[in-house]
Amino acid sequence: MQSIVESSRTRDTFTLLIFIAVVLTAPIWGEFIGAGYPDLLQKFAIFGLFAIGYNILFGLTGYLSFGHAAFLGVGSYATVWSFKLLSMNAIPAVIFAVALSAIFAVVIGYLSLRRSGIYFSILTLAFAQMSYNMAYSVLTPITNGETGLQLKSSDPRVLDAALGVEPQAVPLADLFGITLNGYAGFYFCAAILILGFWLSMKIFRSPFGMKLVAIKSNQTRMEFTGFSPRPYLLTAFVISGVYAGLAGSLMAIVDPLAGAERMQWTASGEVVLMTILGGVGTLFGPILGAATIKYFENIFSAINNQVLESAYSFMPEWLSDIAILLTRPFVGEGWHLMLGVLFMAIIIFLPGGIIEGVRRIGGIFKKSKQIEEDA
Amino acid sequence: MSTDNEKFGTLSRRGFMKASAATAAAVAAPTILTSTAHAYVNEPKGGTVTLGFNVPQTGAYADEGADELRAYKLAVKHLNGEGDGGMLNTMTNCVLKGNGVNGKKVAYVTGDTQTKSDAARASAKRMIEKDGAVMITGGSSSGVAIAVQGLCQEAGVIFMAGLTHSNDTTGKDRKKNGFRHFFNTEMSGAALAPILKKEFGTDRTAYHLTADYSWGWSQEGSIKKYTESMGWKTAAAVRTPLGAGDFSQYITPVLNSGADVLVLNHYGKDMVNSLTQAVQFGLRDKQVNGKDFQIVVPLFSRLMAQGAGENIKGIYGSTNWNWSLTDEGSKAFVKSFGAEYGFPPSQAAHTCYVQTLLYANACQMAGTFNPCGVIDALEGFKFDGMGNGPTEYRAADHQCFKDVLVVKGNENPSSQFDLLKIVEVTPRAQVEYAPDMADVAGELGACNPGA
Amino acid sequence: MDAILLQVLNGLDKGGAYALIALGLTLVFGTLGVVNFAHGALFMMGAFVAVSVQNLLTISMKVRDTSITFFEAYKETPYLEVWFGDVGTTIIDYSVPISILIAIPIMLLIGLAMERGLIRHFYKRDHADQILVTFGLAIVLQEIIKANFGANPIPQSAPDIVAGSAAVGALIGAEGIVYPWWRLIYLAFSLVVIGGVFAFLQFTTFGMVVRAGMYDRTMVGLLGINIERRFTIVFGLAAVVAGLAGVMYTPILPPDYHMGMDFLVLSFVVVVVGGMGSLGGAVAAGFLLGILQSFFSMNEVKEILPGIDQIIIYLVAVAILLIRPRGLMGKD
Repeated sequence: MQSIVESSRTRDTFTLLIFIAVVLTAPIWGEFIGAGYPDLLQKFAIFGLFAIGYNILFGLTGYLSFGHAAFLGVGSYATVWSFKLLSMNAIPAVIFAVALSAIFAVVIGYLSLRRSGIYFSILTLAFAQMSYNMAYSVLTPITNGETGLQLKSSDPRVLDAALGVEPQAVPLADLFGITLNGYAGFYFCAAILILGFWLSMKIFRSPFGMKLVAIKSNQTRMEFTGFSPRPYLLTAFVISGVYAGLAGSLMAIVDPLAGAERMQWTASGEVVLMTILGGVGTLFGPILGAATIKYFENIFSAINNQVLESAYSFMPEWLSDIAILLTRPFVGEGWHLMLGVLFMAIIIFLPGGIIEGVRRIGGIFKKSKQIEEDA
Repeated sequence: MSTDNEKFGTLSRRGFMKASAATAAAVAAPTILTSTAHAYVNEPKGGTVTLGFNVPQTGAYADEGADELRAYKLAVKHLNGEGDGGMLNTMTNCVLKGNGVNGKKVAYVTGDTQTKSDAARASAKRMIEKDGAVMITGGSSSGVAIAVQGLCQEAGVIFMAGLTHSNDTTGKDRKKNGFRHFFNTEMSGAALAPILKKEFGTDRTAYHLTADYSWGWSQEGSIKKYTESMGWKTAAAVRTPLGAGDFSQYITPVLNSGADVLVLNHYGKDMVNSLTQAVQFGLRDKQVNGKDFQIVVPLFSRLMAQGAGENIKGIYGSTNWNWSLTDEGSKAFVKSFGAEYGFPPSQAAHTCYVQTLLYANACQMAGTFNPCGVIDALEGFKFDGMGNGPTEYRAADHQCFKDVLVVKGNENPSSQFDLLKIVEVTPRAQVEYAPDMADVAGELGACNPGA
Repeated sequence: MDAILLQVLNGLDKGGAYALIALGLTLVFGTLGVVNFAHGALFMMGAFVAVSVQNLLTISMKVRDTSITFFEAYKETPYLEVWFGDVGTTIIDYSVPISILIAIPIMLLIGLAMERGLIRHFYKRDHADQILVTFGLAIVLQEIIKANFGANPIPQSAPDIVAGSAAVGALIGAEGIVYPWWRLIYLAFSLVVIGGVFAFLQFTTFGMVVRAGMYDRTMVGLLGINIERRFTIVFGLAAVVAGLAGVMYTPILPPDYHMGMDFLVLSFVVVVVGGMGSLGGAVAAGFLLGILQSFFSMNEVKEILPGIDQIIIYLVAVAILLIRPRGLMGKD
């Protein structure tokens, strides 16, 4: 018994180390797939974090929230307001965002968790859509509506003023003197992603995580044993809400702007898709799903004829013409089509998502290794 | 449809490919490693200079975005001395020679804004951080334009706004690195009011339906301001949710409100839907206070007018430019666009094409791509021959001042493209306002070259 | 008073539309247990059947506008008008009613193909998998439409004879109340279709088996009834209802490729508020939400509660779901 726990612990440490290595070297391997620039790497980390957190609720308990974007938006708005009123330092902004999104998550979670299944989903959706619609229109004094909340050099920033920090012409978030844009911004997000991943792993392995899984497999039976699932569910909901708020905060830290559309149902739907696409209930799946969708959104949408022509320039002209004809509908303005086809293909051929594909490939390697060893 | 032309472009593609491969090689390395060696962000070191065309390729404005992209590609051709040169031949104070800009060949990258601020900024960042673009241009809504303009100010590149009509773009959100050629709600109000007075008289009561976000409010404000000053009354101004789809619950109260004019401060799909439904409710056949009921749509676009079909006929509005203009500049542009793609350009295409040429010309005048130099050249720049008559980029707010077109849905179109009829060209003097006027006052800040 | 009556009509009209869109969704969930995110896309496909029919009917003789030399601009006259004169004009005028007849077989085929080719493989899969695959399908369908018809809305008109407004107020002595004919027709149409679906399920053997299947699928299967085949037909039926809702809606809302997504969230809210899988609930919820939305958009209400019209649907949904665990008429 001892040794099993021991070995799974070593394996987790190993997994974590690999994860850290992969994340920290992202600027290098990103270069090979055309993703080696700060903004997209930041997006990978931020949406990875969002999806990891979402997976703690959905993956473990099976409760499908359709309103997590609300917390993303709340986190962003809280962060920008912290930049405007307090200081350009990221620490108070993160604290403020986490606290506010936790409060929102407690309220929305408390009400929504009175129901389960699709009724729960629609309750969360309704709360998020109300937040979005209000933020877009009547709450404009707080959110700056359609235009989004932006920083001005004339904002008060009382903490900075008290500490005698010079106001910048173009205000950018910093961490005690390190400006958090570009690669510094990415490494800040990466550090938080790694923390988030570590925490999620801990939750998966903890008795708390086991209870959540038990709720998923049979809630009624759990109740018979005299155990109330609600506090556990609410805790999971708030944790995942805070992850979302943190992700929203990071979005505003690396790019100081907060817009209402971050709360729209499409944004909530996106994290659901990311999680399912990658693999629900797995540790790595949601991050893979998030990275895949963001990669498609940013890289495939930018492919135009000119890019295709140079990509196919090694072919004879007639062949490259055919290749362009075949690929053109799926890139550039057709990148949505590519995404739709990808969703269908993955879920039809790989039930369990991208992570299932990774496993199968891993399985092939293992098998062939086995055969070699046997021989 | 549209892509057919692109697929089998007449250009020598192989040659162009080599050029773009060279750009890729030149651009890939330096962005991170050698940023200190640059006088400004993304200073082009090779034989090409890269522009970033950031347009909506998915979502409700995808057709406008596609048209903008066509115009940009055409502009690049003309700048590089291919094709017939278009407006390069008609633009005054033009120092461009059709051999690229500052001796460099013009290359471009494209991206999808999805008409969402976050996506637009992500796309613009990719162009700046990965592709080495020195200028970002495009967009089809004010929220996106303001968001991307703010980003360009932070990053230290120039932003040449595409279709954005809100006052805020060059009003309270104006930025030193950002420029707008398109007109705005203030000008729409000033240009429309005299025509409305002439056509409908001074004793009118207006009812506003307004899209509930900043552009809608801005449009409602200016139309109210100018119509009330000529004696109109405002019965009510009702805010409608963006993307409401069915507007019936907002239209029926108009029927018995005593108003005899309905102003639809909507754009895009909202405009198409609310206008279609207002006509369906019989508003145009109504008589109120002994006068024919009228509908006004302050901002018109031909692409959107197509969506409203028959209902647009006879409706007044304003527009930045229309292909049926007969000045030399417009003719030259319509000719090269029509020859290239087989149909006339939209106002979105026009403003994007002009913005690209103006930017290139300013770079050539400044002899550099350094944003600070380009800004100096563009501020106060006066030109003509680009379809809008004598125009000036006002230094105080980076807004172009020019004549504004008042148009009417064509009642007897001679072809499928002949949807708008020009009623009046309101001279610049009439639509000009002080840069520090209340509601539009803002701070440009300092130019930011990035590095 | 007139204003309130008009809002009642608006609400009923909206309610009819919501109920019609939600009906197929709840039918598919109730019988097949599938969460179909492509339902909005079916609504959109129906609308584009109408667009295609109009395009076919108005294939035109093109007369070049010679004043324009830079590109080819045409004055278009539909061949139907050229050949048949006024009869042709009338046929084109009735393009939307004609589309209804054409949409029935086409939507049925699309529905059957979807169920056979894709949906049936997902009956036993998680809801999560169903969501991803149907969402993917919805994107693919709408991108195909966008590639062929562009992103802009395309105008469709109702027949001239019903283009005006009906003096419905005259019936109750309120002369001031007029309401567009087409919207009244839409309301009547939705009631007929809803009634038809109910009658079909209530009074036919087929319907009885399907209802039994909704109740206990295994049992029905054990009785030796081929429930799978019937479920395929149910999916086809849902596709037809969604498609017809789309066709009829085109004169009110010029269709574009994205209209399905625009209605998707709303139709889910209606279905869930009604009670997942309850047909009566969906209809009741549709009308309730339609009427409330109309009332809360009135200026008098908005003056007291600014922005209430933006959130009323969601607010009501929350209230109902918190009071009634399974929606208005849902069963456990």
